[in-house]
Amino acid sequence: MTARERAPAAAGERPAESTLLRPQRPGIPLPSPTAVSEPFWNGCAAGQLRYQRCAACDEAAFDPVWACRRCGADRMQWQVSAGLGEIYSHTIVWRPQTPAFTTPYAVVIVTFDEGFRLLTNLVGGTVADVRAGLRVRVSFHQVGGGIAVPYVTPAEEDKEAT
Amino acid sequence: MTGHPFRDVAIVAAHNTRQARVLDGHTAFSITLAAARGVLAEATVPAAEVDAVFGKQAAELIYALGIGPVWNANTAGGIAGVLQAAALVATGLARTVLLADGGAGLYTERAATAPWTRPSNEFVAPFGLYTAAEFALIARRHMELYGTTPEQLAEVAATIRNNGHVNPEAVYHGRGPYTPADILASRMIAEPFRLLDCATTSEGGCALLITTAERAADLPCTPVYILGGGLDSFGPAYRHAPSWDLTGGRDGARGDIPNGYVGRRAARQAFTTAGIGREQVDVLELYDPFSFEVIRQFEALEFCGEGEGGDFVMDGRIGPDGPFPITTDGGLMSYSHGGGIVQLTQRVARGVHQLQKRCRSRQVPDAKVALCTNGGAGALFTDVILLGSERP
Repeated sequence: MTARERAPAAAGERPAESTLLRPQRPGIPLPSPTAVSEPFWNGCAAGQLRYQRCAACDEAAFDPVWACRRCGADRMQWQVSAGLGEIYSHTIVWRPQTPAFTTPYAVVIVTFDEGFRLLTNLVGGTVADVRAGLRVRVSFHQVGGGIAVPYVTPAEEDKEAT
Repeated sequence: MTGHPFRDVAIVAAHNTRQARVLDGHTAFSITLAAARGVLAEATVPAAEVDAVFGKQAAELIYALGIGPVWNANTAGGIAGVLQAAALVATGLARTVLLADGGAGLYTERAATAPWTRPSNEFVAPFGLYTAAEFALIARRHMELYGTTPEQLAEVAATIRNNGHVNPEAVYHGRGPYTPADILASRMIAEPFRLLDCATTSEGGCALLITTAERAADLPCTPVYILGGGLDSFGPAYRHAPSWDLTGGRDGARGDIPNGYVGRRAARQAFTTAGIGREQVDVLELYDPFSFEVIRQFEALEFCGEGEGGDFVMDGRIGPDGPFPITTDGGLMSYSHGGGIVQLTQRVARGVHQLQKRCRSRQVPDAKVALCTNGGAGALFTDVILLGSERP
């Protein structure tokens, strides 16, 4: 094995458990909303986490769809989430996608209480906080160009419970 | 139809160009062309005999080889290409099919991950996603569900990297040998994946030639047959959250197979068409973008029970002398990973070489049946093909 392959710190240890996870700086890739996703991004700019629900079968959907994946109906309606959910899966990234990203960052899939899933980043906690089942709350961050991205932070209710 | 659908189809040659971290002076097309010319030379088939071409740059290849008018498949290679090419030959729509792909000159900005690993989609790109993170989200869920460990992932990575270490044609030939402890000591990339759990990036080309069994009999090649195959997809890769339990969703669809087990339907189809059982597979050329993928595929393809993949890969079972030798050339981790399509086709090429008994390292003695895969659950697809040395 080469020096480049070897871990910089003590071998085998999970690095920097206490590292605080922060929002990314401006310069990260920004979303280019489409006809089907524009209501979602407009919601983020207005501080609302919007998702779709099928008026025919009640199925919740995210990311945005043109028709219901469950029943096929054309009756998707935008709703506003209470913004609370829990981590379904996660990864702490130490090698960034591009230098525009500051590491480490936490990529998480969150199941919101309304039944839809969102892939996002967890901020406002430490690396050690990130675990499956952690209760989280949505939190919007301006990233330039009038665009806000939805991150999640550890939910207050979780802190009270533990 | 009576008999096996691919009875009259043969893969007559599989050719890899030189593979390297960087192939100076080559473009993706020049190395694709080199692979195409190499496979034709190896099979001793004149270019003019080719009447269908598969590949990302099939149209350019048709022009450069001067063989038009011929069938442009408008689709790439890999297992998907091979099965569709076999269908063309089986139905008589084409007689001699060339599949060729290559990667070179694509990855020049090393501060970022390779360009083909970085999605531009609005729901993943702003959150720093790339393939390692996508596949990590799948692996993490399996670890939560079944207690799969980093040591089990490391066993897979060490096994495959050691296959590359002894392969004189591998980009990372001589780089090892590796122990699982070496894998666990490499730097973290996207938890649970460390550097040595991940595929490398490199350059090179690969081509296959598929024709009729009748034509194959005239050629100085050992023909390899397609016993069965299948393609499984849940949707576009790197656009939707890669959840283990994602299902198609539609009422009445295949809700019993979640994304975590994508490839299961394809494998069942492959084994049914082949009329053989899993115990008859001699070598598994599994697609290895990340170490965990191998554990997942053993479960998805029903070589072991759900949640048992972590234990299954231990105790030398997947090593060169074990009952389930995997990814014998070193795979994407050590042999080569040109990006795009070529490394998909190379899994099939290695299966062909195993059955032709021409591997320069890790040749499985008496190999008669090879299983090859493409894809992975971070990418929402897995394709499967079964190759045999005997005509079905």
